Amino acid sequence: MLELSRVSAGYGSFQALFDVSLEVRAGEAVAVIGPNGAGKTTLLRAISKLIEVSAGEIRMEGRSLGDVPAHRIIDLGLSQVPEHRRLFPRLTVEENLRMGAYTAAARPKFAQRLEMVYALFPRMKERRHQMAGTMSGGEQQMCAIGRALMSGPKLLLLDEPSAGLAPVIVQSIFDLVRKIREEGYTVMIVEQNVRQVLKVVDRAYLLEVGRIKLAGSAAELLASAEIQKAYVGL
Amino acid sequence: MQIFDIFLLEAVLNGILFGGVLALLALGLNLIFGVIDVVWICYAELMMLGMYCVFFLHKVHGLPLVAAFGAAVVLVAFLGVLLHVLVIRPVLNSEPINQLLVTGGVLTFLQAAATLAFGIDFRNLGVSMPSLAVGEISLPWSRISAALTALVAMTALYVFLKKTYLGTAIRAISQDRAIMPLMGVSPSRIYLLTSAIGGALAGLGACLLVLQYDVHPAIGLTFGPLTFMVCVLGGLGNMLGGFIAAFIFAQLIAVGGFYFHLEWGYVMAFGFFIIMMFARPQGILGAK
Repeated sequence: MLELSRVSAGYGSFQALFDVSLEVRAGEAVAVIGPNGAGKTTLLRAISKLIEVSAGEIRMEGRSLGDVPAHRIIDLGLSQVPEHRRLFPRLTVEENLRMGAYTAAARPKFAQRLEMVYALFPRMKERRHQMAGTMSGGEQQMCAIGRALMSGPKLLLLDEPSAGLAPVIVQSIFDLVRKIREEGYTVMIVEQNVRQVLKVVDRAYLLEVGRIKLAGSAAELLASAEIQKAYVGL
Repeated sequence: MQIFDIFLLEAVLNGILFGGVLALLALGLNLIFGVIDVVWICYAELMMLGMYCVFFLHKVHGLPLVAAFGAAVVLVAFLGVLLHVLVIRPVLNSEPINQLLVTGGVLTFLQAAATLAFGIDFRNLGVSMPSLAVGEISLPWSRISAALTALVAMTALYVFLKKTYLGTAIRAISQDRAIMPLMGVSPSRIYLLTSAIGGALAGLGACLLVLQYDVHPAIGLTFGPLTFMVCVLGGLGNMLGGFIAAFIFAQLIAVGGFYFHLEWGYVMAFGFFIIMMFARPQGILGAK
């Protein structure tokens, strides 16, 4: 579904990604794990065209993203939940969800998808007239995921969904990810919380200093000596 | 002095009518600042051009007043887009002081250009409307219709911002511009649309003012500072704050003018503004 071949990207003269190649197949959940500053967020920003790639190619269902403007990426079925959720704090929950259904293709399905999101996250229905910025971190994460689902994506990109949340909430966020997988969405998730994320995905890539160091099934990575030593620890 | 003074009541009512128009003028400026984060210092000069547009189309070329009004709104909306593309866009990421200076430059430019093109004569539209007389109170219809039009326009804008996708995007972009493409929104298009709406509001303001005031190249200096102060008093970029501030200002001017002299009304309003800037520099409803 999504294919990256030898992608390099960065900010100005600073290069954050080097020759990254990876693939997400339809129906899969794939994680990109790695330490802080490894380039995980840059990777998702490049896929959503928030930054331009300097070399290599990204394809969605065979179509190159090279000449697609950033605000048209969502039309290809790619929807991103950005790092730190980035809700519109002074819009209500329902207005945030409406922004998720902004595209011409999504508008006619707004009411139907709103019901779907409310069924998935009943808490959001209770809070629908509340300003998004006044909710707890966990609730905001639900709202951010709901907003990304409002466009009816083929592939959901999640950027560090557990970052900045209390440990008790982190567990429930991964339960949410599992729930979304069960709904049949293809998911690509970027995480530092290695042990938790490897329990909910099929495959994973280890990204270190902008390069792919390891790739394999979640079980293989979890068992590998390198991951055990550096990330699972304890 | 009587306890209930009928002329005081008239002054209060006039203040309310003036407040409605001031609120509309402030709305356009607030919208632009709230969304694009740039102050159009030349906002009142756009109104001045709109007033000339109405004057020439109606008085000189004999177009019906409503058609002249429509043309002025469209013209100033277009000027708003032009201002954004030619002047604002290149300095969008510059220091605020540079943004102030360029729009200030446009102010001087438009004033000088209008002086060259139209001369310094005060021009009167010559539309006289009767007054509404209730008992001893008399209110000119030009003021009543201006205030009502302002109210309708403000309500329409509120519904647009609250109920439509585009309106929601306009509110959202001021809260987080960087992630708008993830929603499928092109920020530059939203900025163009906002500039057109801001311009259209200035154009509508021009239509309401030209009914009551003579047009001349420096008319912007009368309403520009007033509009800007209403916005700042309400909390720059806060549309509800600007609405409330407009009525406070207008009341001070009308009632102050009634007790002393019209000019004293302005002195009181500006004095109040200065005190408020010390007491509450972020504005009535502005966030710190």
